Amino acid sequence: MLVSLKWLQDYIEHQLTAQELADRLTMAGLEVDEIKTIAPAFSGVVVAAILSVRPHPNADKLSLCDVTDGTKTYPIVCGAKNIQPGDVVPLAKIGAVIPGGYTIKSTTLRGEKSDGMLCSETELEIGDDASGIMQLASGLALGTPLEEALNLGDTVLDVSITPNRSDCLSMIGIAREVAALTGGKIRLPAVNVVESGEDIASLSSVSILDADVCPRYTARMIQGVKIGDSPLWMKTRLQAAGMRPINNVVDVTNFVMLELGQPLHAFDYRFLEEGRIVVRKSKAGEEFVSLDGKSRILPDDTLLICDGKKPVAIGGIMGGLNSEVKDDTQIIFLESAYFSPSSIRRSARRLAMPTDAAFRFERGIDPGGVIRALDRAAQLIAELSGGSVCRNILDEYPQPVKTVENIPLRLSRVRDIIGTDIADEDVVSLLKSLGMTVKQEEKGKYFVTPLTCRVDIEREIDLIEEVVRLYGYDRVPVALPAVAVTEMEVIPRLALEEKVRQLFTGSGFTETIHYSFTSPASADGLGMPADDERRRFVVIRNPLTEDQSVMRTTLVYGLLETLKKNINNAAFNLKIFEIGRIFLFRKEGDLPEERNIVAGLLSGKTSDDVWGAKTNVDFYDLKGSLENIFYDLKLEDCVYRVEQNEPFLHPGQSCGIYVKGVRIGSMGQVHPEIISGMDIRAQAYIFEINIDLLETVIDRRISYREISKFPAVTRDVAFVVPAAMEARQMLEIVLSQREDLLENVGIFDIYAGKGLDEGTKSLGLRFSYRALDRTLTDTEINGIHERVVRNTVRLTGAKIRA
Amino acid sequence: MIADLQQLEKDALAELDSAGTADAVLAVRTKYLGRKGLLTGLLRNIASVPPEEKPLFGKRCNEVKEILEARIAEVQEKQARAQKEDILAREKIDVTLPGRGVRPGRVHPVTQIRREICDIFAAFGFSVVEGPEVELDYYNFEALNIPKDHPARDMQDTFYISDNMVLRTHTSPVQVRIMEKVRPPVRILSPGRVYRPDSDVSHTPMFHQIEGLLVDRNVSFADLKGILSAFLKKVFGEDTVLRFRPSFFPFTEPSAEVDIRCVMCAGKGCRVCGQSGWLEILGSGMVDPAVFQNVGYDPEIYTGFAFGLGLERIAMLKYGISDIRLLFENDIRFLKQF
Repeated sequence: MLVSLKWLQDYIEHQLTAQELADRLTMAGLEVDEIKTIAPAFSGVVVAAILSVRPHPNADKLSLCDVTDGTKTYPIVCGAKNIQPGDVVPLAKIGAVIPGGYTIKSTTLRGEKSDGMLCSETELEIGDDASGIMQLASGLALGTPLEEALNLGDTVLDVSITPNRSDCLSMIGIAREVAALTGGKIRLPAVNVVESGEDIASLSSVSILDADVCPRYTARMIQGVKIGDSPLWMKTRLQAAGMRPINNVVDVTNFVMLELGQPLHAFDYRFLEEGRIVVRKSKAGEEFVSLDGKSRILPDDTLLICDGKKPVAIGGIMGGLNSEVKDDTQIIFLESAYFSPSSIRRSARRLAMPTDAAFRFERGIDPGGVIRALDRAAQLIAELSGGSVCRNILDEYPQPVKTVENIPLRLSRVRDIIGTDIADEDVVSLLKSLGMTVKQEEKGKYFVTPLTCRVDIEREIDLIEEVVRLYGYDRVPVALPAVAVTEMEVIPRLALEEKVRQLFTGSGFTETIHYSFTSPASADGLGMPADDERRRFVVIRNPLTEDQSVMRTTLVYGLLETLKKNINNAAFNLKIFEIGRIFLFRKEGDLPEERNIVAGLLSGKTSDDVWGAKTNVDFYDLKGSLENIFYDLKLEDCVYRVEQNEPFLHPGQSCGIYVKGVRIGSMGQVHPEIISGMDIRAQAYIFEINIDLLETVIDRRISYREISKFPAVTRDVAFVVPAAMEARQMLEIVLSQREDLLENVGIFDIYAGKGLDEGTKSLGLRFSYRALDRTLTDTEINGIHERVVRNTVRLTGAKIRA
Repeated sequence: MIADLQQLEKDALAELDSAGTADAVLAVRTKYLGRKGLLTGLLRNIASVPPEEKPLFGKRCNEVKEILEARIAEVQEKQARAQKEDILAREKIDVTLPGRGVRPGRVHPVTQIRREICDIFAAFGFSVVEGPEVELDYYNFEALNIPKDHPARDMQDTFYISDNMVLRTHTSPVQVRIMEKVRPPVRILSPGRVYRPDSDVSHTPMFHQIEGLLVDRNVSFADLKGILSAFLKKVFGEDTVLRFRPSFFPFTEPSAEVDIRCVMCAGKGCRVCGQSGWLEILGSGMVDPAVFQNVGYDPEIYTGFAFGLGLERIAMLKYGISDIRLLFENDIRFLKQF
């Protein structure tokens, strides 16, 4: 809402500067976003006095004047007749700019030099008088810039009005706030309609078919209007409020809407067939051309204002092209109505027509102000366009609009909510300053009736808000709540997430955050088969872009896109992760499944060193990072199983990650085809782990096992096995023999090549034997070890490498 | 003979002085002190010394031997020391080269802010809760006193999944879900991702909020001011100047916008604060009785306050980030700065 301070002065007097007023309004909940200054449309014009006037020797209609600005005298050629020596007038000096962008220069008119221009009101766009040179008060100091001498220009506050305060979408509403804040008194515009001629009832009628969307429709008619420009004072105000002046009828409807908050519409009566108004909802497929010249198919149940035959306006939103006021309009049918806020809002949104009228109707206009605005506008139209207002009004009011009266207010409740001891009389006077009626019921209890324009006030809490708002938030003391010790729900997964985040950053991964939405093409980009559950996208109905039109079902795609972007920025060594959710569609109407995921990506060199070893990361760098993290989480029994079923992973360098039989995720090299398909010029290794599942397999119990005081003895054996045999398989076979004294077995060497048959490899295993209660003897160990090796050979078909 | 002895001492010392290596020292030692050495030879010839000079000669011989032994030990030690120093010198490295090992990664700035805020409120007894990001219209709007076709919906543009399902526009629905489950007192914090269709230097279609809620008997607006003042001073510094300003949120009444004196210009007015000298930091208010009624709390018995703030905004102010979109571009050069 743009509030011209000059205009505001019509309704309230106050002694505040623009900045002070802005601060007061802001601290009362009407936030002032900006204070704008409107300068006059000219510059370089000063107060001057005419010293002499004599006829131009070569032109009958011109005179020669000597004009002084107090310091210098200028010869001026002037065409106006209304000047004589001693007059104080506006002088546009050489270099001055006057409206229209003209710069005043020294010229010679019919042989006589002219060093400036004397101006009329219209030439300076100060007033409407074009008949001659503007006459200024004789007391003004010569040489003073005209804008200063006449206090021209304006200051406009851009006030942001919260959706509850529809009452402040008008100058009167703002004036009421200022009155409450300053103790001033508001002056309502005087409404005095002079009726004459025919009774409106003999010319027209209104019938409301759908009272639920139009509880009240009132109208007046003005005959004999002459359409023309509005006077300058009105144009200036409309412009200050951000509106374009159109003509002396339309401008009045806008002016009154801005002044009182009631949207109005003026029809050209001659275009209303049968001369009457019918208010109804639209039928399926109805088409309508509104004032903006656009043709629209109206959604069902749009509120329509019709004449006897056809729609003439979209009620509360915009008038129709077929009935607009034109230059030759003579009879005005003026509408002032109350439309259902939710109906207007629904239609305005569906039609994408957020007009000034709709904005006010949907927030709720003053149900008690419909007639006053009608009268005010009728009066102004008659005054400005020379018409006469018909006798009486049409007022169809089938469904009374609810207004609230006598809201109970307990002062004890006021104090409890605010948390301070505000005095009874202060509460009462704050409410009264807003024009509310306050009746005492008993000590500490009141009945309060707000003005009808305050549609936001219905309950006790609404009154309390008004009290504390005007009392001043800054005056409310600062306290701390008395805290009851309570146990609140704790979500173990959140702690785990925090730990996982620390572990990943500790292992060199940097945290990223990607948008939760992605492109539906991501499923193809990752090569997902048709039946992949990750194609069950949750689809956004109104996405900003196609790339952000579905909720992601994996974090992998975002990480790969980030890799690509960073490579484009010449950042090749990437070690990143993200913790976030994926979303899987379940069924229509049900909320989707949201899974909590951690995923990460490795690409480039193992380290950023510029001088050290520069090797490319590989599968084992990724796996090592994860193993360290699992170790920290005490997940000691992770199984890495070759699956070859993740479409975006390299079939030979990927695996599923299992803990206690639960598949918590997967990892591996990104499939080269996916990489090239996304046009990424680097290999990448990626993992994705479901944190919800991880949480279920973590064992937080720790139980101490006794440590042996006796030495361990190790024996190394190299087994020659088929090249495809997994290390895990070999170790499981050894461990499955459950030798109590075999403390540990691990891989110490892998070899393939010279000396071994093609298709075989040597796995070097280190066996470690130890007893809790004694030092093992060689004989004892040899016995066990030979048994283990023999069994291993038997179970795997391996050969012992000499 | 004494003269020979003096000459020998002089020669031996000179040779030791010029003996550059350990071997050369040993050779000098053998030459003079060995079993067939020159000094040993002189001693052996003691018989040819006149008897009266014998005691002196014997004494001098021993003295020369001691002097030479001492000098040899000295030279050897010096050589050993020089050798060790030489090894150390050869082992010198460039200590200014970067060290080896895994550099820790960085925690995303938004996460850092979230941690900081959650920690502060944990000290006030708030615990962290969460809820779905794809949310029912009921929880996101209606239960929060924002009916369909209400202008308050304009305050938050919304991504729709269906007529009654949305991407949550704020973390406030979590408070409704929690209040449906637990009885007061309630003290919760719900951080998380939220979504609104908007994209420019100060808006991204996804961002993060933290919502807080405290419900108990006798909670007042003064308590709201107290907790939020304490919180903001912890985040922005003890001398932060605050301003509580009336505002409107459908689910709180009275509602307050909380501003801090601009951290960039100290209130003088600058580009960051839009010349106002103030920065909007969070929205807050006393929970509207209508919300309590929706979750079955008696508003006559319980009162409470709620607040919400955007993490990106705090991160941008604290770290001087001018374009919010940088936070989600995942440019490693950006992320590594935090």
